[in-house]
Amino acid sequence: MTSIGTGYDLSNSVFSPDGRNFQVEYAVKAVENGGTAIGIRCKDGVVLALEKLVTSKLLKPNANKRIATVDRNIGVVNSGLLPDGRHFISRARDEASSWRSTYKAPIPISSLANRMGAYVQAYTLYSSVRPFGITAIVGGWDAETEVSVDGAVGSGPKIGSGGKTPGVKEGGPYLYMIEPSGLYWGYYGAATGKGRQAAKAELEKLKLDPKTHGEGVITLEEGVKEAARIIYVAHEDSKDKDFELEMTWVSAVSGPTKGRHEEVPKALREEAERLAKKALEGEDEEEEGKMEE
Amino acid sequence: MNHDPVAWGRPRDDIYGSYNPSYLPPTRQPYSSHPPSHPTTHTQSPVVTGTSVLALKFSTGVVIAADNLASYGSLARFTDVKRLRPFNRNAIVGFGGDVSDMQYIDRLLLSLVVQENYAGGGESVTLMNARNLHTYLSKVLYKRRTDFNPLWNALLVGGLDEHQKPFLAYADLLGTTYSAPSLATGFGAHLAQPIMRKVVPDEAAAAKLSKEEAVKTIRECMKVLFYRDARSMNEYSLAVVDVRGVELKEDNKLEAESWAFADQIKGYGTQTV
Amino acid sequence: MIMQQSGVLGEDGIHVDMNHLKHGEVNLGTSIMAINFKDGVILGADSRTTTGAYIANRVTDKLTQVHDTIWCCRSGSAADTQAVADIVQYHLGMYGIVNDEPPTTQTAAALFQELCYDNKDQLSAGIIIAGWDHRHGGQVYSIPLGGSLHKQAYAIGGSGSTYIYGYCDANWREGMTEAEGIKFVKGALQEAIKWDGSSGGVIRMVVLTAQGAIRHLYLPDRNYEGPGTEKP
Repeated sequence: MTSIGTGYDLSNSVFSPDGRNFQVEYAVKAVENGGTAIGIRCKDGVVLALEKLVTSKLLKPNANKRIATVDRNIGVVNSGLLPDGRHFISRARDEASSWRSTYKAPIPISSLANRMGAYVQAYTLYSSVRPFGITAIVGGWDAETEVSVDGAVGSGPKIGSGGKTPGVKEGGPYLYMIEPSGLYWGYYGAATGKGRQAAKAELEKLKLDPKTHGEGVITLEEGVKEAARIIYVAHEDSKDKDFELEMTWVSAVSGPTKGRHEEVPKALREEAERLAKKALEGEDEEEEGKMEE
Repeated sequence: MNHDPVAWGRPRDDIYGSYNPSYLPPTRQPYSSHPPSHPTTHTQSPVVTGTSVLALKFSTGVVIAADNLASYGSLARFTDVKRLRPFNRNAIVGFGGDVSDMQYIDRLLLSLVVQENYAGGGESVTLMNARNLHTYLSKVLYKRRTDFNPLWNALLVGGLDEHQKPFLAYADLLGTTYSAPSLATGFGAHLAQPIMRKVVPDEAAAAKLSKEEAVKTIRECMKVLFYRDARSMNEYSLAVVDVRGVELKEDNKLEAESWAFADQIKGYGTQTV
Repeated sequence: MIMQQSGVLGEDGIHVDMNHLKHGEVNLGTSIMAINFKDGVILGADSRTTTGAYIANRVTDKLTQVHDTIWCCRSGSAADTQAVADIVQYHLGMYGIVNDEPPTTQTAAALFQELCYDNKDQLSAGIIIAGWDHRHGGQVYSIPLGGSLHKQAYAIGGSGSTYIYGYCDANWREGMTEAEGIKFVKGALQEAIKWDGSSGGVIRMVVLTAQGAIRHLYLPDRNYEGPGTEKP
């Protein structure tokens, strides 16, 4: 940041001579201070998890949820400036509802990511606005079943449509991460916030790529347990602070959430947290063991 | 004679001068720079229509039914139109009248469900119940009639209220609302309502009625309607809403119809053979 | 504007301004239909366009492409249905480019429905949408006058359709082969042309499958037996 104080970091609409937009880079700094947020794209669904740092003992536990639902089948978690996150979610919901009123169908995750990417990017262009101080992870499930046109009546042929291409697989789990610059990519596993480095290192160890792992890609339930563990691992560096684990998932229409984005059931979350804590203790024991050698 | 219907009932231009249209509300055409010349007009009649909806309260819930026909004038054009639409876990709407407006309201309800879900699904979250839904719909309908652009429907909202008690109410294109232990729209108000009132003359009777009795009454009424409503058909949807949720079956067929007595009918008066 | 002029007693008598009517409008008093079959859908239509009793066009093409394998049959006002089809064609084209995947028949049906419903006071349009896509195979949707949307196994429309409800109901079977489907559509449209004064001329068809769109033509002077897919 040698260019700080040269004047090129004061406005969005001015590049520095070496082609950087400093306001965007400062926005990234805001993200790096936020609690860790991750998303995992599993074989049969997506898990989103958040390390929600407890800023006051006066806050009601397990209230003030931060992972939001967009339409029915999409979840959004973000790290950085909370009010910016709220606005991002509000816009995502508007985009989803506008898509529905035009096409009478739920918005594909890829199209939502595309529109939100464009929206965030627009905040890097003008001197009158500042960029989003968040990185958002958008995960959802595009229905693998046929979805009827909203409001339509009638059911077509009793034997079903003719001429379907055999073996065509539709829908599935999708995961995107959108950064303050408006840059977005699709991911197998995504992490942002304070503990992102540790989280990414853990994510890279998981079997997530269907091209290399085929049917061995982790399942949604495994994903839930990994997500909890990774948030606990990522929290290690800020151990002095209290946090709550917030976790949501979305499965296939034939799966446990019936294609909807929902909070992970309490029992499953608590089990995942128990295993996460155990795994961490295990690591400590190993290290202690080594020291004894 | 001025044949333009818009001019009917107005003072004669040749005596009083032409009407000054600048007093009319702004035209709806977005890019028009002309002063408005006509009042805005809207739908004046439904096109594809569904007939009656029937509903009956019983001790722990509501039974509701409507046939699967959408008529095009007297043509029985679409025979697979499901006119009962569930909402949340404990409410259902039965639509009569224009099918395109029914589809519009259906999409409106879908967007409501999506928005309700944004509060999360926890136990502490209160979802809209049947009473809330009826209030909402009646206000949508009233707003539209006030805009002279009515949604051409008569509908029944059935389900449970905030105390998990049976709820049943009517709303229509004018914004009219009322509630009773038994309700029917369209022809049903004339033909089925007397039968249902015999079974549940008041709330006390409804509170004692069993689900089976209620279903039986509704099925009997659907049969009477099929006999006497020329815009009806013999396939219908029937739903029961109670604390267990909405139980909807959309392919019911009328049973035990009575036609054989036709052989007793000979001629139209004195003829006996 | 109409208010100022209407009903003015002129020197040469009464001027009747019927401006608000769509006077002399070209109507597709029509017979159109679309069916599902084993491998996709078939659309069919007669070719008569009338203004009153005069045949303005005897070889009209009422089968309109709005995307590669999504087509529609138009009935009602020629001007209205062309305008609506043009708008939908534009949107589907954009959809394919922006979202990097072709639109489905459902997308087309939703767009048609929205236009027909929102503008129902201005339009006289009865449209049948039929299309094929990878995900759903063949699908047929009908949008009658008020702008409601109906998914159907087969759909018939236009003034001529009222004469063939019986024929279609009696002869309809699900999962027909292409040849059987063509025979069904042709048989129905022949009856409609026979009994409806506002329908006539040639029979046009479009077959939509995984192989794409293929046009058929059947001529009255060849007893509607050909040329089919050949050049006449």
